[in-house]
This record gives sequence, C-alpha cells and structure tokens, in this order.
Amino acid sequence: MLIFILKRVAGMIPALFAISILAFTVIQLPPGDYVSTYAAQIAQTGEAVDSAVLANLRERYGLGENIAVQYFKWIGGIVRGDFGQSFEWNQPVTELVWGRMGMTALISFLTLITMWAVSLPIGIISAVRQYSIVDYLTTTFAFLATAVPEFLVAIVLLYISTMWFGVSVGGLFSPAFENAPLSLAKVWDFLQHAWIPILVIGLGSTAALTRIMRANLLDELHKPYVEAARAKGMPEGRLILTYPVRVALNPFISTIGWVLPALISGELIVSTVLNLPTAGPLLLQALKSQDMYLAGAFILLTGGLVLIGTLISDILLAISDPRIRLS
Amino acid sequence: MSDETILRVRDLSVDFPLQKSVVHAVKQVSFDLKRGETLCVVGESGSGKSVTARAILQLVAKPGAITGGQILLDTAAGEVDIVRLGSRGLAIREVRGRRIAMIFQEPMTSLSPVHTIGHQIIETILLHEKVSKEEARKRAADLLGRVRIPEPEKALDRYSFEFSGGMRQRAMIAMALSCNPEILIADEPTTALDVTTQAEILSLIRELQRDRGMAVLFITHDMGVVAQIADRVMVMFRGEKVEEAGVFDLFERPQQAYTRALLGSVLKLETPAPRPPRPATEKPIAKIEKLELHFPLNAGFMGRPTNYLKAIDGVSLTINQGETVGVVGESGSGKTTLGRTLLRVYDPTGGQVMYWPSNGEPVDIATLGRKGMKSLYGEVRMVFQDPHSSLNPRMTIYQTISEPLRTNTDMTERQMMDRVSELLSRVGLPPDIGDRYPHAFSGGQRQRISIARAVAVRPRLIIADEPTSALDVSLRHQVLDLMRDLQNEYRLSYLFISHDISVIRYFCDRVAVMKNGKIVEVGDVVQICERPQHAYTQSLIGAVPRPDPRLRADAPQ
Repeated sequence: MLIFILKRVAGMIPALFAISILAFTVIQLPPGDYVSTYAAQIAQTGEAVDSAVLANLRERYGLGENIAVQYFKWIGGIVRGDFGQSFEWNQPVTELVWGRMGMTALISFLTLITMWAVSLPIGIISAVRQYSIVDYLTTTFAFLATAVPEFLVAIVLLYISTMWFGVSVGGLFSPAFENAPLSLAKVWDFLQHAWIPILVIGLGSTAALTRIMRANLLDELHKPYVEAARAKGMPEGRLILTYPVRVALNPFISTIGWVLPALISGELIVSTVLNLPTAGPLLLQALKSQDMYLAGAFILLTGGLVLIGTLISDILLAISDPRIRLS
Repeated sequence: MSDETILRVRDLSVDFPLQKSVVHAVKQVSFDLKRGETLCVVGESGSGKSVTARAILQLVAKPGAITGGQILLDTAAGEVDIVRLGSRGLAIREVRGRRIAMIFQEPMTSLSPVHTIGHQIIETILLHEKVSKEEARKRAADLLGRVRIPEPEKALDRYSFEFSGGMRQRAMIAMALSCNPEILIADEPTTALDVTTQAEILSLIRELQRDRGMAVLFITHDMGVVAQIADRVMVMFRGEKVEEAGVFDLFERPQQAYTRALLGSVLKLETPAPRPPRPATEKPIAKIEKLELHFPLNAGFMGRPTNYLKAIDGVSLTINQGETVGVVGESGSGKTTLGRTLLRVYDPTGGQVMYWPSNGEPVDIATLGRKGMKSLYGEVRMVFQDPHSSLNPRMTIYQTISEPLRTNTDMTERQMMDRVSELLSRVGLPPDIGDRYPHAFSGGQRQRISIARAVAVRPRLIIADEPTSALDVSLRHQVLDLMRDLQNEYRLSYLFISHDISVIRYFCDRVAVMKNGKIVEVGDVVQICERPQHAYTQSLIGAVPRPDPRLRADAPQ
C-alpha cells in the first residue's frame, strides 16, 4: 500500500511540471506585458508616460529577457517557496494567494462531500426502484440540473434572495465577521453563507453523479454474486448495501478525478458572480491586467489541487477495491 | 438412502410476462425429492430447468413470477409451502441458506470480488446461527478444509480473484454447506469448469452428500454428468416435465420420444463419424513449425521484460489438404491463441507457419506483410464459438455473408445475391432470409449463418474455434455434419479447436493435445481417444464423463 502511494506521488511530479509550463504559456500568450498594460492605463488618464520609468520597471522584473529565462526565474522562485511579486498589488504573491486558495479548497472540498452525500442515496434508490416515480423524478431533475449553467443558477438565486427576501447572499461572511478571529459564531456565519455557492457549484456534478451511480448499480444488481448472496438468506436492504453498492462505488470514487477540475473551474466563475473571497475574482483580475506572477501562482496551485484530488481518489479506490490493491 | 420425502413440488408454474405475450417457463411441473438422493434435472436451453430450481428458493428474476402450484418443504413443524412464503421476509430467508442452499454455474462471478472468501462464508453462518465471530471463523476454516482448499486459515482472508475457477467453486460449495442445509440445489455447477476440475467437483459433491445425508437437486444439460452423479433423473423440455426415472432405467429404457432423441444425439457423438480413408501421400496445406508467442509480463529493466507468458511455446503441427485436425486442451492451454495466431490476430514472436496457396509458392504466414495477409483472407477463414456475439446485430444476414465477398472478390451485387441465397440453402436455411437481422434466429441457425459466411469465398482452410460449444447437444452433430458435408464438397481443411473430447472424436482425423502452450501428444483421433500415451492425455480422457451410468464406480453389476 505504501509503495502504491509512493508510486502515485512520484507520478505526480512530471504532471506538475507539465502544468507549470502550461500555466506559464497561458500567461505569456496575450501580446504585451504588465508594463505595457500599465502604460496604457496611465495614457488613458491623460498623463504623460515617462519611458525611463517603464524601462526601469521592465528591467526590475526581467520582462525583456528570453522566455525560457523568465520561466526558470519564476519556477526557481516557486521551488524555494517564493511566488514572486504581484505588479498590481505591489505585494508578495504568497501573501495574496494563500487565504484565497484556502477558501477555494475549502469550498471545493465541502461541495464534493455534499455531492457525494446527496447523489449516493438518490442514485441507489433510483436504481433499486428503477422506473418508479422516484426514479422518473430524479431523472428529470438530473437532466435539468446538468443542462443549466452554474452562473445562471447563481444569478437567479442572487435575484430571488435579494428581491424577495431582502437578504444579501454575496460573499462568504457577514461584514461583522469579515476580519474577526476564528470562533464558533464565525463558522456558523460562514455556513449560513456557504450553502449557496456549495449548492450552485455542486448542482450539475451532483446530477451527473446520481446518474453515474444509478447506471453502475443497475449493472451490478443482476450479477450472479447478488443472486448468490440472496440465496444465502440475506435481508434485501443489507444485501444491496453490502454487495452491489460496494462494487458500484468504485467508478463513483474515481469520478473525483474529473469532478474536481469541474468543481474548481465552476467555482472560479460562480465566485466571480457571487463575489466570494476565493481565488476566482482575483485570478480574473490578475489575468486582465497581466499580473503574471499572481495569475501563474493561481493556475499552478489550482492544478496542484486537482492532482491532490486525483491522488486521494486513487488511494480511496485502492482501499475500497482489493483488485487494485493486490495486483 | 431413505424413502423419506423432504421436498414435494406440485403443479409448479412460472410465467414471464413480456410486452405482448407471456412465456410459460415452467408448466405444471411436479416431482419429489427424497432425503439423501441426487435428482438430476436435465434439459436443453430454454427447458425451464434453471427457473424450476430458482423457484424453489423464490429467486425467480423479475418480471417472472410463480403463478401456481405448491413447493412443500418437510420441516419439524409439518409441511411448509414455499410458494406462500413470498420472495421477501424472514420466513423465506430462514429457508434460504439454512434449509436449502444453492450453488451456481459461474464460480467466476458468483462470489463478490471486493469481499474476502472468509467474509462471505462467515456472514452466512452469522445470518442463521447465534454464534460468536471467532467460532464462525473457525467453522469457515473447517469448511474450506473440508472442500480441500489448501491452507484454509489463510484462504479465508483471500479474495475470489486470487483463486482459480475450480477453487472458487469449492469456496462456493463451502459457503453453501456452512449452515448444514438439508437440500443442496446445484445449477450447472461444473459447466464453466475444465473436465478435470469438473471430475473433482462432482466427486466432492457426491462425497459431501453421502457424509451429510443431504438431498441434491442437480441441474445440468450434460448427459455424461447425469450418468455419473444421478440417482434419479427428470427430463424437461420447453417448461414441461417429459419423463422421470431412475438413472439406469432412463439410460437403458427411455420411455418418451424426446428422451430417446436427446440420448441419441449424445450417443451419436460417442462414436466417430464415418470418414473416407486418408490418401497414401498427404499434401500439406499448412505447416506450423516451432511457433512461439510470448507476451511480456512486466515492463522489465531498460524496457527488456524479464518474464514472459508463453501462450504458445514451440508448437509444430501439420494440416494436410482435406484433413480435419483437432486441437484439444483445457482453458489456458493456448489452443484459441494458436488458432488466432494462424490468422495473425497476434504476431508470433518466433517460428514459422508455412502455407501452400492454391496457386503459387508457399508463404510464411508468421512473417507475411499486410498485403500478403489480405490475399490470404480469401483462402483461410474463421468460425467462432459464440454465434450470438460473432454476428453484427446491425447487419442483415445478406450483408454479413456478402461482406467477405465484397472485400475479397470483385463480384457484382447480382452475383453476390445469388451466391448468398445459394449458400443459405446449402447450410440448411431458407434462401430468402437475407434481409433479416441475426436476433431473429436461434443459436443453431446463427452458427449456420457464421459457417455460410466462412465458406462464402470458397476458402481452403477454416479455423473453427469451439464452433459447437455454445450449442445444445441435439444441434451439435447437425452442425458438425454440415461442416463435414461442406468439407467434402469444397475440399476444405479444418483446424478444429475444442475442449470437448467427444466432439473432437466425432469430427476429426487427427488430434493434438495442448497444455500450457505446448503440444503434449499428437496422433490419429482413435488412437488418442482409446490409447492415449501421455499421462496428461490419459487424465484428460479419463475425466470426461461418459453418458453410461454402468461405467460409474458404484454401479450395480
């Protein structure tokens, strides 16, 4: 088991390297650089641009140099724990990023747990009672939820809660708790706000997972080992949970690999709409102003988060399925 | 054996409602099962034998349902009607596993892949008896020892996929016996196993039954197995009971026409079909020499694998013109791989396969290029085992049979249509079925279609991989006879792959016995079947259940 985990971790290193190159390429794709964007902004306000100042800035950040040199300067810093300096905020990226990424990870994790908790029982019920009213209802709901884009749900929810109930649901904390130290009251306040992004982000994937669970279980329900267990005299409910559900769980667990990227990219859009203090809005801003080091750090960390999620799903899968663990 | 009846089935009927009609799977079947006896229920596919067995445990799959009759189980508190217990609830669960246990056909899939063997046996014990976990575990280990699984204590913590098919079936039997049932229902328990394993499992069931005085209801389609194991036999056909008799009476004095026909098809395969003598000088059509196919088992050091699976390990075999060469072996012996390698489904890793085409010089199939192979596909064709999956369900019969003509010849559509209807009547099917789809045909008819497809381009060599294994016994010799007629007509040569000795004996001129990728013995079919030289061939032939109850060890003289 330990060797299995070590192998998987070792396998993550080249993937991480590939992500870093990709992140860097994405940042470099638009023409110009931060300094030219900055110059354009100043020019818009009507002031004169001092070319000596701009040249100075370029030199300071090594912007004129070869792309490869820039990449290695950047990645070299990251390996040492230094994500560089944000041009726009004039602060070390590390300080800006951690709180936001932490929130993203927390929201994604909570969403994932909620998704599993909801889709697992619903999937089981609609498979065991195939073609019943419950099954038809969940199927209809699942197709709707998969089809509606998340940001639209977010906007509609915002509209309803603001116009009808007069409650502001943006953000993750009430203004009173924004900068308060961690306390039970603050956690409660967080949960009161967090259910909306969790609902919005998780909706589509929950629907998809319900369908996957249903299909997996339907495949297993008529396997001979289920009949054999029934012939032993097992009660039906216990039988279904012990045998077919256990086997059907494997593809379900491995969905984390594709659900997590979907969650995180969904989170980026939704949090911009809902104005959450997560990575999304800041990343968008950084990309718009070509704040290279900040944007790069976000993309890299998001990629890292997905890799960690995949690793977790691999480990869970190995725990759950002896066929993977032992061969 | 006592005369006490433990199970009385009266007028049992099971129906499967379909969209527009109702299939009467079991029609008013009545029989008795006595303590300590083995009752074999025998019949071909669709005879309702499995459904009858499942009905006894209320395990009939939906939408099927018991629509009438009684299943009376003798208990301490008088007779209980299982039909009235329903399929759910405590009462029926007390019968399942405890009073009546069942083992199934597929040992590969009848055990959960994600639970240990021990878990599944201990669970059964704990379901029915108030014992501690430790005690249940100890009993499970004893049971595994009893069914002769080595190191039972360790085997408890292993998973089913770590066991071979025979071991899994032993574990399944141990699980069924865990609560000392009075009745064991065995639904084709050896059909998926090799003959040598089958012989072991059959003797194990017999032995356990004698020790425990258990009644066994044994479902099978194999008359050889019936002759070996049954005390009494019930023959079923299309949901109805045809005949019930003691095993000796049934084999020696069958009363009903259907039973006689069934026994006739079985016995027909016991003697070789008449065949013309071989010419004095043989002309080879294909000569396999030291053929090897090794699959690497690991990536190995610096991309060079250190361990190989030797699927074919130095096989040499000659097929002469107009000859039928059988290849027999158990699963994993490499016989199917050999057939496929001859058509380059796999690229051999060593050796050569010389082939003499109808015109031109001999070629080596093992190293032939893509273009050379393409021209060979017009001369060497294949017939597969499963007629249900080897025909494309989205292609009409005409499209299926004309496809090789389209790719290998330049016939016009008109010519192809004529050829296809000619082929269809040649294989014994109506010539006007070309626009229908495979699902409209039965297994035997589909295999005839497969054969028509194979001979469409007038090939010279046909590789037939278990062509009769998926067919009922009454259809087997019909398909084999058809293949023989076609052989005489088109001067065909066959490489005939099968695990079934009786089919090989009926059909082949010479036979090669394969084990672990090697040929252990090759020779004339009569010599191999009657006087095998190699020890492995002897054990293989000896394990085949003969359809004659007088041959069994406990038969009265």
